[in-house]
Amino acid sequence: MTALYRRAIAAFGPEVPGLLGFLALVVLIFGLTAPNFLTGANFGSIAFQLPELGLLTLAMLMPIISGGFNLAIITTANMAGLTLAFVLNQYGGVDAGLAPFLLGTLLALLVGAASGAVMGAVIAYIGAHPILVSLAMMIFLRGLGEFLTKGGDISGFPPWMAAIGHGTVIGIPVPLILFLACAFVWHVILNRTRHGFSVRMIGSSIRAAAYSGLHTKRTLVLIYTLSGVMCAAAGILMLSRFNSVRVGHGEALLLVTVLACFLGGVDPFGGFGRVLPVVIALVVLQVLSSGLNLLGANQHLSTAVWGLFLVGVMILRWGAARLSERKKRS
Amino acid sequence: MHSFLRNHPTEAKLLAVLILICAGLSLASPDFLTLVNFTSLLNNNAVNVIWAVGLLVVLIAGGIDISFAVAASVVQYLCVYAFAGIGGGNWAIGFLFAGGFGLALGLINAFLIHQFRIISIVVTISTFNAFFGLLMFFSSGRFLYNLPSWWSKRVILWEHQTASGTWAELILPVAVMVAAMLATWVLIRRTTTGRQLYAFGDNPEGARRAGIPIGLMQAIAFGWCGMMAGIGGLMQAHITKEVVPNALVGRELEVLAAVVLGGARLGGGRGSVLGCFLGVLLVAITQNGLNLLGVSPYAFKMVVGIIILLAISTSNLDPAKWFEPRKGGRT
Repeated sequence: MTALYRRAIAAFGPEVPGLLGFLALVVLIFGLTAPNFLTGANFGSIAFQLPELGLLTLAMLMPIISGGFNLAIITTANMAGLTLAFVLNQYGGVDAGLAPFLLGTLLALLVGAASGAVMGAVIAYIGAHPILVSLAMMIFLRGLGEFLTKGGDISGFPPWMAAIGHGTVIGIPVPLILFLACAFVWHVILNRTRHGFSVRMIGSSIRAAAYSGLHTKRTLVLIYTLSGVMCAAAGILMLSRFNSVRVGHGEALLLVTVLACFLGGVDPFGGFGRVLPVVIALVVLQVLSSGLNLLGANQHLSTAVWGLFLVGVMILRWGAARLSERKKRS
Repeated sequence: MHSFLRNHPTEAKLLAVLILICAGLSLASPDFLTLVNFTSLLNNNAVNVIWAVGLLVVLIAGGIDISFAVAASVVQYLCVYAFAGIGGGNWAIGFLFAGGFGLALGLINAFLIHQFRIISIVVTISTFNAFFGLLMFFSSGRFLYNLPSWWSKRVILWEHQTASGTWAELILPVAVMVAAMLATWVLIRRTTTGRQLYAFGDNPEGARRAGIPIGLMQAIAFGWCGMMAGIGGLMQAHITKEVVPNALVGRELEVLAAVVLGGARLGGGRGSVLGCFLGVLLVAITQNGLNLLGVSPYAFKMVVGIIILLAISTSNLDPAKWFEPRKGGRT
């Protein structure tokens, strides 16, 4: 049994049992106090709400593991959504068929990749700090989006697109399938490929990685490019869920994605972090929010609870680290 | 002059760029190089500079603070209720309360960072969410207009009627801005504590071994940032004559960009008050110039983003290196 437990820890990361414990605790508390919490409808709505934040968090995750940051995720997602919206409106809006959708999706992914690649290139080849570069990109993209849309909404998409945002396949929400697929791809990239190895090494020490012969600059460009592509996926999902695009949609989620990464045990200094604990952390956050919602609190109180929850978890981790240190000494 | 160039390369470069932009704009637009325009530039950016010098101290000490703009909103609300509670108040009490509330919020950050050894960005993102969520929850998003009259009444420090009949004036926040810059300069350049802050930011472990009290350093840095946030909040409400719970969210990143443009390093140990001021001014003058040139306001942010991107791209280039002979092989 302990051997099995140890193997599970080695495979999934040491944060997983703690986070699953939190999840169980949160579900238990809300199950006892909130009416309608333990119902299919509630878990269905969680499954529909989670993927948006989830995709954006994945986009934030890879730069953070590399010791960087991508503050432009929301505006990149907005720009990608706008790209798709422009293409759809160009080819008939509500009457647009599948071909314009595919073209728009391709262009949206390219826009995401391009904005990420520019950031990555500036970070890698000029050596500027990722926070600052992505901040400048965020301001630029928001300005570009506002310039193109004059700050308004774009809507009028074919009705069949609602299937992406609201449909189900054999009972599983399509957004959730999309999110789980993306999370799996991210997991494979980070844990099973040469690129993922480079990402973690760069996060631990970029200089040591460079001296060991890793092509750190190319890796950095690729990190932010992939992050941009993931943003674009989030942007397309947001478009089909809201049935409209506006620059600034989802802006409040920017720092929540960082919060989710840290809650999932990602090292703020970079180098360490796994996809699975982050996914569980996202579920915990979403369950917290929906439970509070059922108890009659609004979204703002959940935001506050998320913040306090992260502080609480960090304090507990600090306590646990001290305990294990003391055990080692004695 | 030469020592300024050597010791403050970022500030010198920034100043040169600013002078170039100003020269270009004054040729392109007759309204740019006027007293009215300059005073209004100062009036409109005083609050940003107050926040910037507060954030500067945190950056010098090797931390980062995301929560200060939201903290400023919290201070505004607390102040409105506190002034109503004591039946009015005046400017002295106002500064005391705003600074005190801000200081307290900053010390919460410092306590969490130091006591539990959590990195500052994690703590301040948490407190950002906690402050903002609680503020929106308790205020229900309501605007407050019932400010005491001393608070909302425009205080004009200096005015001058220009030949064309328009008034150039400087308002109270500009004086507060100058005081905040001066106080911060004294703190970081003229006191032992200031030297310790730089040392702590540059190498925390080294500073600890040299006997610098690191808990106190965190408290001073985040307390100072919180205090400036509170005072900036007080000034912001003075200018807008209302308190809006979500008006200041997002400003933290703009101010951060300006401070880092001004030569402060994310990672600690570097930065100056002059650089902060120039950084805020660069963004402000760019927007002002675009406005005067008749560019669509929707395009402002786009250009500002490009300017910041260009500025950071060039700030890491060192022109002196171009003229040095290559030392063989790859560097």
